[in-house]
Amino acid sequence: MINIINLNKKFGELHVLKDINQTIEEGEVVVVIGPSGSGKSTFLRCLNLLEEPTSGEIIFEGVLITDKNNDVNKQREKMGMVFQQFNLFPHKTVLENITLAPIQLKGLTREEADKIATTLLKRIGLEEKANTYPNQLSGGQKQRIAIIRALAMEPDVMLFDEPTSSLDPEMVGEVLEVMKELAREGMTMVVVTHEMGFAKEVGSRVLFMDEGRIMEEGNPHELFTNPQNPRTQDFLRKILI
Amino acid sequence: MGIFDLEFIAQYYKYFLRGTGVTLSVSFFGVVFGSMVGIVLSLMKLSNNKIAKGLSTAYIELVRGTPLLVQLFIVYYGFPMFLPFELSRIALGTIAVILNSAAYVAEIIRAGILSIDRGQMEAARSLGMTHSMAMRFIIIPQAFKNILPALGNEFIVLIKESAIISVIGIHDIMYNADTLRGITYRPFIPLFYAALLYFIITFTLSKLLGILERRLRAGDQYN
Repeated sequence: MINIINLNKKFGELHVLKDINQTIEEGEVVVVIGPSGSGKSTFLRCLNLLEEPTSGEIIFEGVLITDKNNDVNKQREKMGMVFQQFNLFPHKTVLENITLAPIQLKGLTREEADKIATTLLKRIGLEEKANTYPNQLSGGQKQRIAIIRALAMEPDVMLFDEPTSSLDPEMVGEVLEVMKELAREGMTMVVVTHEMGFAKEVGSRVLFMDEGRIMEEGNPHELFTNPQNPRTQDFLRKILI
Repeated sequence: MGIFDLEFIAQYYKYFLRGTGVTLSVSFFGVVFGSMVGIVLSLMKLSNNKIAKGLSTAYIELVRGTPLLVQLFIVYYGFPMFLPFELSRIALGTIAVILNSAAYVAEIIRAGILSIDRGQMEAARSLGMTHSMAMRFIIIPQAFKNILPALGNEFIVLIKESAIISVIGIHDIMYNADTLRGITYRPFIPLFYAALLYFIITFTLSKLLGILERRLRAGDQYN
């Protein structure tokens, strides 16, 4: 579904991603872990070109999206993204947050979009919040809305950039639950996270990144119980205490 | 006699009425067109095009770095030298006000757009919106709310500063107050009424903007 070939990203002198090669298959839940500054968020953000790769190619559903003549907006409609800071639109109600893109980009009528939004809101148990503004929601609620805002575009893949990192601990569970449900339904997902429990439960593959490279990858069970790379061992020892 | 001299008012109120009309129309066109030119200048300054950016920056610095009085005279004496058609005094005065205000409005708008968190643009783009859609639906509405107080302040400054167009003979409030000073040999009373009129205009505007601001803040309240 996504092919990443020789991906490099530099911020000035700083070489953040070094020759990354990866293939993400349909239905996979790929969990990216690693210490801060390892390039995992940048890697994720390169997939939908929120960061422009310095060199290398990204092919999404057969389209070379890094091609200069390609209009990436079309592919972005098929790649949902969830951010650490939620990034809900504060001047719009919850319902408008969800329906804006489907109405403007897919040409849905307000009724059609409202119907989709209401179904999604029911799914996460927040249908009574449809007409409130994001400021009136808790962090966990905001992030769940952000997830269904992306889902309303009916994406083929969902990208998660540390979706639980800025949540109060008691709200992490409700967000992970929505993500797990998505994974079980077969959604293709790439998740940058520190939630090892999530990786173990629904992850099909774990990538361990450090210093801009993918140092080790494997299925979660193997990688967590029997890491081969000394850096992976070191990292897991630190976070699993 | 005294400040509220009814005889004076009865005799000369028409000067004030006409003056108010002129001040209001110059200010109105100054605000409307100044804002339009200001939006264009701010987008030029924020763009990646070096020429657009350079032109806009140079213009803003020049306008902010020179007195309005000098700009007014340059427009008043300079423009007719290059224009193939004739413009009235009031048109030239209004153009000077527009060109001046645009530079300040541009900086206010630019600051407003930059004040919006980068994540807002990213979220909009990640959904597939183009840059201009994201600006239109997400960034500018939020920026507008943030800059409303500063923009209101600029409009009030513009109304007051418009008094300077009286020096090129435009019959605004200030000019007519001066005329009455000459007619009546009373310096204080005409100026007092001129000040009162300016205050009424700016105070009303400031109250109206306050109402608009409160409406726009509706979504910000916490439960």
